[in-house]
Amino acid sequence: MIAARRRGTPAIVLWLAFLAACAVITARTEFTTDLSAFMPRSPSPEQRLLMDQLREGLASRLILVGIEGADAPARARLSRQTAERLRADPAFVTVNNGEAVNLERDQAFLFDHRYLLSPAVTPQRFEAAGLHAAIAETIDLLASPAGLLVKSMLPRDPTGEMVVLLGRLDSGSPPRLVEGAWASGDGARALMLVQTRASGSDTDAQESAMAAIRRAFDAAGGNSASAQLVMTGPGVFSVTSRAAIKGQVGTLSVIGLALIASLLLLVYRSFTALALGLVPVASGALAGVAAVSLGFGSVHGITLGFGTALIGEAVDYSIYLFVQSEQQGGDQQLWVKRFWPTIRLGVLTSICGFASLLLSGFPGLAQLGLYSIAGLVAAAAVTRFVLPHLLPRDFRVHDVSALGAVLARLVARAAALRWAAAVVLVAACAVLVQHRSSVWSRNISSLSPVSQADVALDTRLRADTGAPDARYVVVVSGPSREDVLRSSEQVSASLQAQVDRGELAGFESPSHYLPSAAAQQARQASLPEPDLLRARLAQAVQGLPVRAETFAPFIAEVSAARNQPLVQAADLRHTSMAMAVEGMLIEHDGRWNALLPLKAPQGGAIRADGIRAALAATGVPNALFVDLKAESDHLYSGYLQEASVLSLGGLAAIVALLLVVTRSPMRTLRVILPLAAAVVTVTAALVLSGRELTILHLVGLLLVVAVGSNYALFFDRAGPDARIAPRTLASMLIANLTTVAGFGVLAFSSVSLLQALGITVAPGVILALAYSAILARPSHD
Amino acid sequence: MIHFTRPPASLLASLAAGWVLAMAAAPAFAAWDLQQLMDSLAQNQSGRATFVETKRLAVLSRPIESSGELLYTAPDRLEKRTLKPQPESMVVDGDSLSVERGNRKYQLQLQAYPEIAAFIESIRGTLAGDRKALERNYRLSVDGSPEGWVLELLPLNEKMKAVIQRIRISGARDQVRTIEISQADGDSSLMVIEKSTSPR
Repeated sequence: MIAARRRGTPAIVLWLAFLAACAVITARTEFTTDLSAFMPRSPSPEQRLLMDQLREGLASRLILVGIEGADAPARARLSRQTAERLRADPAFVTVNNGEAVNLERDQAFLFDHRYLLSPAVTPQRFEAAGLHAAIAETIDLLASPAGLLVKSMLPRDPTGEMVVLLGRLDSGSPPRLVEGAWASGDGARALMLVQTRASGSDTDAQESAMAAIRRAFDAAGGNSASAQLVMTGPGVFSVTSRAAIKGQVGTLSVIGLALIASLLLLVYRSFTALALGLVPVASGALAGVAAVSLGFGSVHGITLGFGTALIGEAVDYSIYLFVQSEQQGGDQQLWVKRFWPTIRLGVLTSICGFASLLLSGFPGLAQLGLYSIAGLVAAAAVTRFVLPHLLPRDFRVHDVSALGAVLARLVARAAALRWAAAVVLVAACAVLVQHRSSVWSRNISSLSPVSQADVALDTRLRADTGAPDARYVVVVSGPSREDVLRSSEQVSASLQAQVDRGELAGFESPSHYLPSAAAQQARQASLPEPDLLRARLAQAVQGLPVRAETFAPFIAEVSAARNQPLVQAADLRHTSMAMAVEGMLIEHDGRWNALLPLKAPQGGAIRADGIRAALAATGVPNALFVDLKAESDHLYSGYLQEASVLSLGGLAAIVALLLVVTRSPMRTLRVILPLAAAVVTVTAALVLSGRELTILHLVGLLLVVAVGSNYALFFDRAGPDARIAPRTLASMLIANLTTVAGFGVLAFSSVSLLQALGITVAPGVILALAYSAILARPSHD
Repeated sequence: MIHFTRPPASLLASLAAGWVLAMAAAPAFAAWDLQQLMDSLAQNQSGRATFVETKRLAVLSRPIESSGELLYTAPDRLEKRTLKPQPESMVVDGDSLSVERGNRKYQLQLQAYPEIAAFIESIRGTLAGDRKALERNYRLSVDGSPEGWVLELLPLNEKMKAVIQRIRISGARDQVRTIEISQADGDSSLMVIEKSTSPR
């Protein structure tokens, strides 16, 4: 025994060094829960825009706040007082609850810069005929109900530039005001729209922003007023899903581990055996995290959640070792000789399956693949090369041959169920054929870790506030701010034509508030000198019910505007337009992007080809129309398609491997058949239960094949002459139960990604075992 | 067994209301007053009329005229469709005001603009015979007889007084004939309303 131990020393030393290295890497690993795992590794320009928008875009910084409970006056008071506190907090760019805090500043900015901002300012407009037409129109406006507002401006702005500018401001319908603060349509909740300075992808900053909102609400007496604060938005989603993933990964791994440990304890009746049995698992988990960390720079929370479930599979190897070597009278070396080749083939099969995920352009999937391969290889290798040396002398686990004998009798009769299995399989195939068009979910939201309740709250608040969903956007890019502003102006002209035709309800452009220097200079150049303007005015007012002398302030202000400094970004500070421009003008690695959000006509959709054709006609290079929702759905269906192809590739690799190893198409078929049957049956059951399958279900199916291959191989290994040993059967059942425990726990997770894995793998591996037993070649005895 | 020692308050209230209605419907008026004018106006469920509005503004050298249609549906929807000089439509429905001009549409909440709200309430409140709504913003006085009355509205709060000096509404029975608005700066407008004879 001493000699045996000495033989194992190098292996143990190597293993410890490996563990230490993994521990160091893991300790330095950054764990993320954001959307990065769902973003493509080599994005197209549209996808890059989508990613930028999700991470940094204006919409990503939006927090929608609702105040519920109490009564309407209390809610409005809370809204005003909370908003007041938040406006003083530099973490927030704007806080909007319907109070007209910026209105005066906004209007002053527009009025003071009207001759630089108004697109109507052209040389023609300031000739006698143009002036006549513009003034006549303003007088018509005086006759209308809006006249009350225009009257005082007539002497200073007879051409109505301010009216042009105001008309271009967002004409969306704001929420109704109740007691001076925004409220939902039914009046049941007060509403607030908050824009954070930090980007939506900065989860820590979003978390502290949420805390600041809650503090402000509490300080306003929100705690005592029986009112509740609710929040939603992309940043809030990141924060809550991070908390959910963190919390669940913790809880689930504790529960899963407890279940597996109790199960093993029940079987082994020995704490030493339990502790030793978990050695390969711990090594595998550590290796998995370290590998992903090295390969991707960070580890996603979902990968960790998946890792906890994989414990249930990694523990199988030690179960096989302990229970099966019992068969050999406790000689592990004999086990290595007799069973290791089968297990090694099982591990290789799993690697073939998961290696396909490594090739995925979807980083989340590639992480799962790498984690699984590294974890399983480490667990199997430790079981094979290290664990036998760690076992104490005379190590025995509780004799499970009684259980094995029962199983053996069951297995002997299992073949009788072949017809039943065939019926179930045919039915399952029929279900899949019938539902073939609706098996897979085409919606990217199926991947979102956000709970349904949170999505419902978001939808409600978004409808209440009329917050932009920023689905359609035109993006122009260029080397400088001036360059993209100029392009934006050209694109705006084309878009305005579509608005006039009713094809668009409206659009926004940074050039509305910050025109290019070229456009501003051109407008200044359109303004005539005072004497010329006076002469033209005298001509223009002929036939109109106004006297030229009324317009002395106009002449003075036009004259001042001719030499007015051009509008710079800094001039917008402290107006509501500043935030809009900041969100629409983005610099990225020295390249500028201008985003022009489009608004679809009510009840209609935007015709993408119409917009694209119009954009092409403007001749602006690098102008791109993006439908962000279509883009994200497209992205997801791309992943799904790719994952399907890769999985089929993985399956082909598994078949090839089995063909090479067994050198028998019949045996290969015999191994593959139960696995395929399990996959088909589980899929059909999921479809029948009304679920649309996602990419994570696909990963689950791959796992069913990986885990199930061990069972099928053991049954196959027994060969035509030998009955499968009772203890081998017992070890498979125990291994199966631990896998079911590990993944079964995930089925209760509220994080949909983890739940999808759980409900696929747990029933799948049970079926794989059952089908392996039923479809195994009957022994001739 | 439950005994009512006295009738419940709501029963009393509905009895009283019934009595008031019965009195209002009585053909013989002892003394015609504001409440009776309001009651007779309140009986209008809907109406369609044409209008001609003349504005006299200091900045203009002569009055400007606009014309179109007025549509009213009880209790709180009022639509002003201007046809000349520029087609335009203004709809007040409950608390929301929307204006459509050319292909632009503006929407605003009356609550956010108390001056405009008070202004609109003067017309809508009169058409609806809603004394409570009118008295929120104006001091009311009535003159004349059911066959020819003049209702005068004087703004109550200082902000309104800075814009509107006085609104005079004249009519006969339950029909409004003219609305005359005198602004604080001396500008004024007069709207003459003619009940449409051709109901569509």
